[in-house]
Amino acid sequence: MTDGGTNATRRPDGAALVIAVVLAILAAVIFWQTSQMRVVAVYARVGPTTFPYIVATGLAVLAVATVVSALRGSFPARDKDNYGPMFWILGGLLAQMLLLFPAGFSIATGVLFALTAAGFGRRRFWMTLPAGIAFAFVIWLIFARGLQLSLPTGPLESALVSAFGALAASVGAA
Amino acid sequence: MGTFDLLLQGLLAAMEPMNLVYALIGVTLGTAVGVLPGIGPALTVALLLPVTYRLDPAGSLIMFAGIYYGGMYGGSTTSILLNTPGESASIVTALEGNRMARAGRGGPALATAAIGSFVAGLIATLLLAFIAPWVVRFALSFGPADYFALMVLAFITVSAAFGDSALRGLTALFIGLALGLIGIDLQTGQTRLAFGIPDLFDGIEVTTLAVALFAIGETLKIACAPTHLQEQVEAVKGSVWMTIEDWKRSWASWLRGTFIGFPIGAMPAGGADVASFLSYSAEKSFSKHPEEFGTGAIEGVAGPEAANNASAAGTLVPLLTLGLPTTATAAIMLAGFQQFGLQPGPLLFVNNASLVWALIASLLVANLMLLVLNLPLIGVWVRLLTIPKPWLYAGILSFATLGTIGANAAVMRIGGLAFSFELLLLLAFGVLGYLLRRFGYPIAPVVVGLILGPMAEQQLRRALAISQGDPAILFASPVAMVLYTVAAIALLLPLFLRLRGRGQLLGQLATDED
Repeated sequence: MTDGGTNATRRPDGAALVIAVVLAILAAVIFWQTSQMRVVAVYARVGPTTFPYIVATGLAVLAVATVVSALRGSFPARDKDNYGPMFWILGGLLAQMLLLFPAGFSIATGVLFALTAAGFGRRRFWMTLPAGIAFAFVIWLIFARGLQLSLPTGPLESALVSAFGALAASVGAA
Repeated sequence: MGTFDLLLQGLLAAMEPMNLVYALIGVTLGTAVGVLPGIGPALTVALLLPVTYRLDPAGSLIMFAGIYYGGMYGGSTTSILLNTPGESASIVTALEGNRMARAGRGGPALATAAIGSFVAGLIATLLLAFIAPWVVRFALSFGPADYFALMVLAFITVSAAFGDSALRGLTALFIGLALGLIGIDLQTGQTRLAFGIPDLFDGIEVTTLAVALFAIGETLKIACAPTHLQEQVEAVKGSVWMTIEDWKRSWASWLRGTFIGFPIGAMPAGGADVASFLSYSAEKSFSKHPEEFGTGAIEGVAGPEAANNASAAGTLVPLLTLGLPTTATAAIMLAGFQQFGLQPGPLLFVNNASLVWALIASLLVANLMLLVLNLPLIGVWVRLLTIPKPWLYAGILSFATLGTIGANAAVMRIGGLAFSFELLLLLAFGVLGYLLRRFGYPIAPVVVGLILGPMAEQQLRRALAISQGDPAILFASPVAMVLYTVAAIALLLPLFLRLRGRGQLLGQLATDED
């Protein structure tokens, strides 16, 4: 079940080599960005660039050590994960991010809710989507109205709040 | 004024109705997240940071501490009844506790865990109250170089000392340190690594990183796991009360667990999971019934549960007196202090004495509340375990994004597209959290690196400014030398043990989440 190298095979661990490359790129980006900074002479010796250089050096050393570790196959054994559920959940997060401002908090978060539930095998959207939107609207009421947290308001929130307002006014008038 | 008077004054403040309400909310939430698998106290405090922004500082901090204590209580319930630890410090509890539950002794197992947690919480909080002033007196003489050495020690113990690989621990730490570089440099006002994105000028939000790594990373890992384990919730059969025999076998374990857990939390030597594991080994060797271990020995529940609560209290010693977080939860609580413009450390005890002592005293109150919440109301918490996974994780992700949007609700526009940049970061860090888990990297060092990194940088630059750039100042004071020596031992001893084939023990001691 392992797709990486184990101690038994001592095959270089490809994924671990990729991690090493990413760490090296990260170190290079920090070096490059820091060298572009204009530093006032007063801070020439110890200034805003000192710590970034230390961190970048550390990352570079760790990248080399990761290569060694990958070649020796000393990363822990991994199971083969199913990526299907991940696409549902990441799709949900992406949908929420894009829907948040046009559609408001409740609809966007309701979509995230339904897609996450789908990732865990519950694909009956006619049930999970309304449940998610209702749940998110309750959260919105408590946190945006009650605790003054700034959560984006969309057409659904405005409509429901003004409907409640009209209801309260008519009850008050009667 | 003596410690005792200060503590009494703190108790008076803690008994104010609003503070009692905050403590109650904290312990209730804490127990709930402790019970639910997949979310722990670190995540919950992170979620609440933006929510509490407008609330009273003392009340919010009391609530955070209540969540920390509550999480330690709640985790045991899941371990005992489900054999899946609710949070990482309760892994050991599952060994004996779940066996007891299967044998129909779930009630006494839950009771010894709850009473043990209470005893440990009480003793450890009093120890915290009496030790903290001493540490403060000592720490007031610390210079920037000493603080820097202290932070280096914390970095090493959080990342490299425990867990199964120093390389992966340090890598996680440096990812956190790199993320901590992003934003405007406080001393010169220059932006670093922001790539011209305005949302990055203030740096990476602690809430966003912690929520992404803990909630989204964990959700992805569970959703993608190839086999879904058959999980069986054991019903609590029979009496929840312990027999006289149970009491006799538990009390010494509670005390041993307390005195193992507190120092481990107080010295930056790892989190509650390390404490509970050591306590379990101690109980195994001290027990008069060693043959029962593995089949449901009550000592194996009593000791570790006391130890993890005592270590939670111990963690507050370096956090409050030195401003030094040694676990992920403590790191996020530090961010909570900073959100209110408070800087934990010796000066906090001087400038905000009433707040500190109200916080410490309210821990005693919270501890009592937890005993009441956990023993008679155990049935309510067990219900939480029966929520089906799709609904549970859908709910967790909805709440997770709530905190992130609350932390920064700014709109970013690229072309005609309007979206939340903070949610994009959340998505990216969520994938990072999944990858870290998949390849066996610990999560806590990333969070600690993000929060402690900028503080370490400030102390380093302050020290070097005093010496006009001469690095020798870093090793000039005896305090710093001692700290570096301990850090070197913490780094090298595990390497040596691993070479000698003792690495598995360290792997089991992994300081993971909370």
